[in-house]
Amino acid sequence: MVGGDIRKKLHLSKILSFSCRRPVVKEDVSQIGGPGFSRVVFCNYSESDEGGSRDYCDNYVTTTKYTLANFLPKSFFEQFRRVANLYFLLAGCLAFTPLAPYAAVSAILPLVVVIGATMLKEGVEDWRRRKQDIKVNGQKVKVHHGNGNFEHTEWKNLRVGDIVKVEKDEFFPADLLLLSSSYEDAICYVETMNLDGETNLKLKQAMDVTLDIMEDSHFRDFRCLVKCEDPNASLYTFVGSMEFKEQHYSLSPQQLLLRDSKLRNTDYIYGAVIFTGHDTKVVQNAMNPPSKRSKIERKMDKIVYLLFSMLLLLAVTGSVAFGIWTKEDLENGRSKRWYLRPDNSKIFYDPKRAPIAAIMHLLTALILYNYLIPISLYVSIEIVKVLQSIFINQDLHMYHEKTNKPARARTSNLNEELGQVDTILSDKTGTLTCNSMEFVRCSIAGTAYGLCVTDVQRARSKKNGSPLIHDVVDGDNNLKASVKGFNFRDKRIENGNWVNEPHPDAIQKFLRLLAICHTALPEVDTETGNIFYEAESPDEAAFVIAAKELGFEFYNRTQTSISLHELDPISGTKVNRSYKLLNVLEFNSTRKRMSVIVKDEEGRLLLFCKGADSVMLERLAPNASAFEEQTKEHMDVYADEGLRTLVAAYRELDEEEYNEFNEEFNEAKNSVSADRDAIIDEVANKIERDLILLGATAVEDKLQDGVPECIDRLAQAGIKIWVLTGDKMETAINIGFACSLLRQGMKQIIISLDTPHIKTLEKEGDKSVITKASKGSIIHQLNEGKARLSASNGSSDTFALIIDGKSLAYALDDNVKDLFLELAVGCASVICCRSSPKQKALVTRLVKSGTGKTTLAIGDGANDVGMLQEADIGVGISGVEGMQAVMSSDIAIAQFRFLERLLLVHGHWCYRRISTMICYFFYKNVTFGITVFLFEANTSFSGQPAYNDWYMSLYNVLFTSLPAMALGVFDQDVSPRFCIKFPQLYQEGVQNVLFSWKRILSWMFNGVCNAIVIFFFCTSVLETQAFRKGGQIVELQVLGTTMYSCVVWVVNCQMALSVSYFTLIQHIIVWGSILLWYIFLFAYGSMPPRISTTAYKVFLEACMLAPSYWLVILLVVFSALLPFFLYSAISMQFFPMYHQMIQWKRLKSNSDDPENRPIEPTSITASEIRR
Amino acid sequence: MSSNAAASSSGGAGSADSAAPRRNSKRPKYSRFTQQELPACKPILTPKWVVSAFILVSVIFIPIGVASLLASRDVVEIVDRYETECIPEPLRGDKVGFIQSAANKTCERKITVPKRMKSPIYVYYQLDNFYQNHRRYVKSRSDAQLKSLKEENETKSCDPEGTSGGKPIVPCGLIAWSLFNDTYSFSRNNQQLAVNKKDISWKSDRDGKFGKKVFPKNFQKGGLIGGGTLNESIPLNEQEDLIVWMRTAALPTFRKLYGRIEVDLQPNDIIHITLKNRYNTYSFGGKKKLVLSTTSWLGGKNDFLGIAYLTVGGLCLFLALSFTIIYLVKPRKLGDPSYLSWNRNPAGH
Repeated sequence: MVGGDIRKKLHLSKILSFSCRRPVVKEDVSQIGGPGFSRVVFCNYSESDEGGSRDYCDNYVTTTKYTLANFLPKSFFEQFRRVANLYFLLAGCLAFTPLAPYAAVSAILPLVVVIGATMLKEGVEDWRRRKQDIKVNGQKVKVHHGNGNFEHTEWKNLRVGDIVKVEKDEFFPADLLLLSSSYEDAICYVETMNLDGETNLKLKQAMDVTLDIMEDSHFRDFRCLVKCEDPNASLYTFVGSMEFKEQHYSLSPQQLLLRDSKLRNTDYIYGAVIFTGHDTKVVQNAMNPPSKRSKIERKMDKIVYLLFSMLLLLAVTGSVAFGIWTKEDLENGRSKRWYLRPDNSKIFYDPKRAPIAAIMHLLTALILYNYLIPISLYVSIEIVKVLQSIFINQDLHMYHEKTNKPARARTSNLNEELGQVDTILSDKTGTLTCNSMEFVRCSIAGTAYGLCVTDVQRARSKKNGSPLIHDVVDGDNNLKASVKGFNFRDKRIENGNWVNEPHPDAIQKFLRLLAICHTALPEVDTETGNIFYEAESPDEAAFVIAAKELGFEFYNRTQTSISLHELDPISGTKVNRSYKLLNVLEFNSTRKRMSVIVKDEEGRLLLFCKGADSVMLERLAPNASAFEEQTKEHMDVYADEGLRTLVAAYRELDEEEYNEFNEEFNEAKNSVSADRDAIIDEVANKIERDLILLGATAVEDKLQDGVPECIDRLAQAGIKIWVLTGDKMETAINIGFACSLLRQGMKQIIISLDTPHIKTLEKEGDKSVITKASKGSIIHQLNEGKARLSASNGSSDTFALIIDGKSLAYALDDNVKDLFLELAVGCASVICCRSSPKQKALVTRLVKSGTGKTTLAIGDGANDVGMLQEADIGVGISGVEGMQAVMSSDIAIAQFRFLERLLLVHGHWCYRRISTMICYFFYKNVTFGITVFLFEANTSFSGQPAYNDWYMSLYNVLFTSLPAMALGVFDQDVSPRFCIKFPQLYQEGVQNVLFSWKRILSWMFNGVCNAIVIFFFCTSVLETQAFRKGGQIVELQVLGTTMYSCVVWVVNCQMALSVSYFTLIQHIIVWGSILLWYIFLFAYGSMPPRISTTAYKVFLEACMLAPSYWLVILLVVFSALLPFFLYSAISMQFFPMYHQMIQWKRLKSNSDDPENRPIEPTSITASEIRR
Repeated sequence: MSSNAAASSSGGAGSADSAAPRRNSKRPKYSRFTQQELPACKPILTPKWVVSAFILVSVIFIPIGVASLLASRDVVEIVDRYETECIPEPLRGDKVGFIQSAANKTCERKITVPKRMKSPIYVYYQLDNFYQNHRRYVKSRSDAQLKSLKEENETKSCDPEGTSGGKPIVPCGLIAWSLFNDTYSFSRNNQQLAVNKKDISWKSDRDGKFGKKVFPKNFQKGGLIGGGTLNESIPLNEQEDLIVWMRTAALPTFRKLYGRIEVDLQPNDIIHITLKNRYNTYSFGGKKKLVLSTTSWLGGKNDFLGIAYLTVGGLCLFLALSFTIIYLVKPRKLGDPSYLSWNRNPAGH
């Protein structure tokens, strides 16, 4: 790019005051060589050189969970950590002993299938990660190969001590020691977004001794030795020393370039590899994101335990009965059931050792009843969730055309959790708003300029029903609207008209300030001549752009000057002016302002300063602010419109004063002490005083499309929305209004420490007193708020809580937070202003653990990462602010408004699907397991199953799982249109009505009833008499086959009854499962008896032609399903759930009006739901 | 001003939003499948549907019930319980002792035919409280040995009736060992009624499971004699009593086919039965019954199926009526939100 040539000459390090040239604190160096500081790096030594390289790890970074070698043991271990799987394994092993009620193979096969499927999934996922790794590690970087030759080498082949040349916009392949760069003073800019999420550029600088090694060829004879600390995870520290030309130099973090950060605005750098691969700081830092499990899954574990206890209960019952029965077989040496030879028995049936036999039977029973536990449940759920995620990813309604980003579910674990969100905690900037600042207003010399309508105004006028106040957009302006970051319309000031305004000189200075007072870098596109700006923040870019649009175009920055194309008010033509840049006093969060000191062409020394009103107003010269009051008023108006304001002021310095300052400032900059920053602040503070007010700026952070509607809908769905923002309270409140989070008529409870009392205390500065007073004040305010809340209990008032960061710090104290939470959950909306990232995470944790409800955090920036990881679900906005939030999120969407569809449609569906599917799984296994039990009870609990071994093992795998999975993937109770039209439907998930214990137990009860119906009807119909015309009697295999057929029919028909969205796929799968059973029966029965054993020709010969077989099935299916059908019909008719009511409505509207007339919204209002 | 410039001028560090033309759009492909818009029927239990479903079920079930019941009523079944009567009165105090003794166990029984019984008349014996489905019992057989001569040593699963004096027992195992050995012969008016014992077992058993060339060997030669003996000159696949017995029953009360009488029996015919009461059910207190039964298209006599069908059908009819009445008397306003649980309980959580 072009910018490089200019920058090569820049010595920005001399101008920027704070970030570079931090002196090394000497004492650290003494540790080198000691424990923890043992690393020795021979830089640029070839293999043949003595000393050579030490055995440090290579530069291959793996993120995979498994390797080829450990895949099997490790994934087995992972699998069998699940209690259910472990149980199945034990059961499988026991099946090889004579205890087994059926053949071992058939016991172990389902487990093999299930474990195999899960491991396959793990394997595929890991393979993908591996491919990603190969891609990352296969990136190329120029490495010195001796004799000053640099060749492209893959990252993974880097060794400690190599010299690499990294070029502009490349990532650093390892932790490097910066030796030199394209700049003469060996500085470089680094973007560390992947490390800490900060988007601003950081300055790094090499040691003076190496800065002139600037060419490839210089490295032919370059050698140096670095001794430094061992690998560790601290990103901001580095202790080491360099031995170069027989001199020792100490190194600091200032010279260390970290892997995964990016070289910016610098053509190239040379660096020596210090840490490679897993030794690098970023990898050492890499923490596995907390693995989240959904509430449903956690509850499912409980159900599995419940089933285990049920299993145990059945088994123990059976064993006791078996023990008694067995004991009675031998009475005084006489066998009762002589045909069992109780007198000559193995331990398993020995009446003489009945208690032991009973214990043995317990083991048998545990194997036999394992059908109570749905073995395939976990794997089915995983498969279903993956498919659901595919649907989320594929949803066209969540694809954002402009940024080309579809929704992306990064984990599939939490799909159903999306349907249960109780509280949304949202970031503001970049999440509710676009984070593209637009310059919309300014107040110069007491006159307000800028006429465009802001979002807040628009929202307000919409609320009031009044027409827009002034829409001054005419044709001419429409053309200009395409300039991003600039939405300023005012003819008085545009196109050079400002010269005719009352205070043209103030306006000139103001615009000049905008063009000069910043740290942005211009980049000229050589082809078009357009200028881009690279700025640290969008606000700053907005100012520079505004200045440019209004005639003060900043086009060049050198080390000592800033050049503008300026409109000359007298001649009316554009002239080039350049300003000598003397000092930059940077922005930081404590100063809340930035200043530049320049010398203009007339030789005047000017200090331009812009900053937050809170710090600027007190720095104004007391007499010179003729329009201070108007400006303040304007700023209040701006804040009320939801704009971010800054005050702009300047000051002329005389030579003497400046020199004095400069000396002090340089001294401060070069001082070597811990409080260096404080000293610099102090010095800067001295010069930034007696400022002359120029005016104020207002930039608007535009709301994203559809945010108010989306929030409205989510609120109607009964979801509480909390906004956690770093903004000022006024701005936050106004944005709250703009995005309909706050509504007219809502009562606001404001908690703030902005009281005079606290302020005076703060001036006195006694910390403990302040803390005590603040805390007292917070508790008082919270209690007051609660009193207001309870006073209005019963009335329709809704409350909004607004709290600022300082108060939040106290409100989150251990003994106050419950009070705070209590108040907050009583409010419909909560806004936390001025909150830090940590506070965001703390608030999230408070809500999550305090209410026990599902929380969803949504954010786009690195400052939201803590919140995203803390919440039950983290949703990242894949916007412009880097990928940090997306990387730590569970689901990434492009726009806030997609949240509506994600939650109300996908969330609701997934919740419904998963919960119904799980219930069904338990139901079908209970049905099957209980028939096994009932039959066993009729064999004097001897552990004899009614069914052939293979029938049993294929039950879960073949005949019943697929329909359940189809339900889990495809079922829809209500179409997306209705989901969104009736947001209240979402409450089904929040209240967890579909997965309540009542519902789970009802399903199980249904299973037990079905099992009883199946068993008793089958045994009663096929009792002792002939079941065919040919006089044949029903034996074990015929009864088993009949009962099994009944089970397959019943559970599949039950599925058909439960499905509310019957697509062709479902028809195929449900009826196909039944068909599959018969195909299996036919095929298996046709095999030689040695294989098919008791199933040999059972269907072909015995059942197929027997009318009673089919009549039993018909009878059993209808009688077993009758109670459920009746229940459904009654509940649909008399106690419909909400989704059923919507189904009614859909049906009504369809039948009433063939054209699908839209339905009137339901009579429930949001306030009813929100209490 | 081109939008190109504008985009990156405001971009700041967020150069991710590159203005370069997008070659590969990530726009998901539209298909009804991925957008979950497949055509589907969405069944809803409207009153109309519910009532029709109930009526449909009753319309199907009631005729089936009637037909089944008629079929069952058509069947003539004579059951004669004999385990006590066939023990001489004085010896009834120690039935087990009697059955294990070498005494003459022939017993005469007399039954009257209540209704005309059309041939074939199936003869069954019915045992009670006999756990042929006990796991030990079910497993105590060797299918390999039954099928193939070569595998006669496969007696591992047959313990303790696997070998006798070191030699394999064919057929081995508890099932065979406890073979039922009461025999019946029938006469009417002093005329012998032939009992056909051919084809009383499943063909698949004879062809698939019992070998043609496998002959009984060492059977009932051990210390403890269980049930019946077998003719060692007849191959297993022709020993139909054994084949029937070896196909274990599902429940502790069961019948097994003994044979067929292939002449019609007239009402009030008196049948004399000479039976050998040899089988020990006394140890475990089991009953023994002799059953003569005709069959219908549905099989033997059992009213349960018919009654169940009628009951379910009737119930459905009743439900259909009730729903109709309720719907007519008190039609519900649809979509009434007051039914919502979270509205009913405003305190919520």
